[in-house]
Amino acid sequence: MTPRRKRMLAVLAVVSGVGAAAILASFAFEENLLYFYSPTQVHAGEAPDGRTFRVGGLVTSGSVQRAEGSLEVRFVVTDNLESVPVRYTGLLPDLFREGQGIIAHGRLTESGDFIADEVLAKHDENYMPPEVAATLHTPAPARTTQ
Amino acid sequence: MIPEIGHFALVMALLFAMVQSFFGLAGAARGQAAWMGAGRSAVTGQFVFVAIAFAALAWSFIQKDFSVLYVATNSNSELPVFFRFAAVWGAHEGSLLLWALCLAGWSLAVTALSSSLQVRFRSRVIGILGLISIGFMLFMLTTSNPFDRLVPAALEGKDLNPLLQDFALTIHPPILYLGYVGFSVAFAFGCATLLEGRLDSAWARWTRPWTLAAWLFLTVGIALGSWWAYYELGWGGWWFWDPVENASFMPWLAGTALIHSLAVTEKRGLFKSWTLLLAVSAFSLSLLGTFLVRSGVLVSVHAFATDPARGLFILAFLTVVIGGALALYAWRAPQLKSNAGFELAARESFVLFNNAFLVAALCLILLGTLYPLFMDAMELGKVSVGPPYFNMVFLVPMVPLLLLLGIGMHAVWKKSRLQPVRSRLLGIAAAGFAIAVIAGAAVYGEIRPMATIGFTLALWVMGSSLMIPLARLRAGQAVPGAVLGMAIAHFGVGVVTLGITGVQSFKIEEDVALAVGDTATIGGYDFRLAALRDARGPNYVAVEADVVISKDGAEITTLRPQKRLYNSGGNPMTEAGIQVGPGRDLFAALGEDLGQGRWSLRLQYKPLIRYIWLGALLIALGGGIAGLDRRYRRATAAAPGLERAAAEVTR
Repeated sequence: MTPRRKRMLAVLAVVSGVGAAAILASFAFEENLLYFYSPTQVHAGEAPDGRTFRVGGLVTSGSVQRAEGSLEVRFVVTDNLESVPVRYTGLLPDLFREGQGIIAHGRLTESGDFIADEVLAKHDENYMPPEVAATLHTPAPARTTQ
Repeated sequence: MIPEIGHFALVMALLFAMVQSFFGLAGAARGQAAWMGAGRSAVTGQFVFVAIAFAALAWSFIQKDFSVLYVATNSNSELPVFFRFAAVWGAHEGSLLLWALCLAGWSLAVTALSSSLQVRFRSRVIGILGLISIGFMLFMLTTSNPFDRLVPAALEGKDLNPLLQDFALTIHPPILYLGYVGFSVAFAFGCATLLEGRLDSAWARWTRPWTLAAWLFLTVGIALGSWWAYYELGWGGWWFWDPVENASFMPWLAGTALIHSLAVTEKRGLFKSWTLLLAVSAFSLSLLGTFLVRSGVLVSVHAFATDPARGLFILAFLTVVIGGALALYAWRAPQLKSNAGFELAARESFVLFNNAFLVAALCLILLGTLYPLFMDAMELGKVSVGPPYFNMVFLVPMVPLLLLLGIGMHAVWKKSRLQPVRSRLLGIAAAGFAIAVIAGAAVYGEIRPMATIGFTLALWVMGSSLMIPLARLRAGQAVPGAVLGMAIAHFGVGVVTLGITGVQSFKIEEDVALAVGDTATIGGYDFRLAALRDARGPNYVAVEADVVISKDGAEITTLRPQKRLYNSGGNPMTEAGIQVGPGRDLFAALGEDLGQGRWSLRLQYKPLIRYIWLGALLIALGGGIAGLDRRYRRATAAAPGLERAAAEVTR
């Protein structure tokens, strides 16, 4: 092979490699982009049907119900304007409790329940997920992080 | 009084950093030996004062001085002294101080150990390190002073986040930061070279051990973080593609590319400007990581605080440092020409591929990490990029990378000469595939395509890595440190691949509700909840479970997971019970009281997970052995075959 052909070959290999990676990445991206919707947006019908997304808000006081002795739990998340009932089976995070800002990951059923496959309540008890903080209608009581 | 001394010491350190950068850079520019000497001496001054500041903060923690806001916010009188010390870097302000201490330490080490460098070059390196120090000192003093007083003083501290009250807090952040910050040395070497506009193979030989050292710490730091997350916060996950994990992983990928590219620059005088770009990028990514973590733009377990002033400061600093370095690069790099040729299957090509794949992985991770920020800034909606994206796009460059790694190790410089090893490599590949299929079927009872690919690649890389030292030993030759280190590190890559493949393909995780006496079975192991009792620690109370694990009726072990409630208040904490085994971990974590005497538990079977961290340690060990190779310690003698340019280096 002449050096010139070799270089062309190398360029071709790099371009096709990058191209393939870009296509794959964009597919993977499209599949795995998770949008966040507030309960108000969910009520307005903005959330997608049959596709997973994230919903977040405060866990309404007194809304956490558990079938005794079972892993099934129901609770309501609210942005202080609208609320969405959530169903979840499994272990809740340590930081989950009523009044806490949480984010649930899952999909909406036809009955309007949100079936979560994951519930996130990260960081510490003073922490509010920024998505939730941004969409709350009545500001939560002033909470300071350091 | 002590906190004021600390504050004063920080101001002094800032002044010394200013002296260091001014005299370092101006002295080199004007060729004034006395100025350059002053710059060098300032390094020691800076280190001493940062160390005093650090000691003052540690002392305030140990003395429970709750009149210091940072101490009051992050410790508590019940907190054991061990954790009170580690709490120094348990939150934002103190971890910046640790950052500054690491930077001062690296600067001191460079100054002390670089007497073989040309005086001017060394002075420029010191000056540039000083500039970075100035940025961090200013950041601390203007937005994040750890010595701010609390008036009136608190009677009791708020406590350290219970998640952090763990042995790993004492080692994970310092080691990780040593790695992060260590890339500043390669960065400074790169910028100094660009200022001089001249790069020879001696430059690469100076830079290599420093880069290896930083990379070694970063490797260990990341592995420790993963291990900590696994047993403490992650409910058994070992990597989450959390933005902060990505922030540490991206400099690691750039650093890995850099140490390979440096080898080519040293041995063959090629890839000069690319190597410089990587040297600049690795540290820039460290700074970007710091920005992402500290500015509060990202949500993660590591994001301590959100304060717009801090974000703006770091963004401005980031722009100055990265923008300045890239501008310098754009201006000077075209002067660095290399025009040696090499054949397609020469070692240079393989390093080129290595770099291409590592950088591709880096870019894909960067995209996934920054995209949500971009969408948010453009008000296009709040999105997050899930782990499946990262898992998938990371595999794409990694599979060919591992495939070529096994061949590339045996390639020679300049020429395509793989014929002598071809049959043996084919043998290793075939054996690896056969073992992957048979062992996969025998141990896990099924053959899965992805698992087979992963195991084959792992065995391929391990086998191929062993070939080199074994061949040398058989021929009765000594194995030089660089070769041995390379073989061990690459063997470690295979071990990591083995672990990741095992755990990702065959892990079992299940949430169950058990009453005392109930049994749940996963992966052939019976987990019996044998007892529940109250337990007590120094600053917490807990519910502790006995989970008896048996297989085929034979008892294996009893795990004692806990649910803790710290006296300082806050939420309960989960302390998992884990049985470590060579082939698998068994994991049980307590959830909560579900009523009717039942508790929720998460049970897991994690095959081969230990190999992820073991492999990472082997990678670091290999890096260490390579970095200690004799030729880096010989200041003047050039290794055979090196360009004569190296000979002009004088003591």
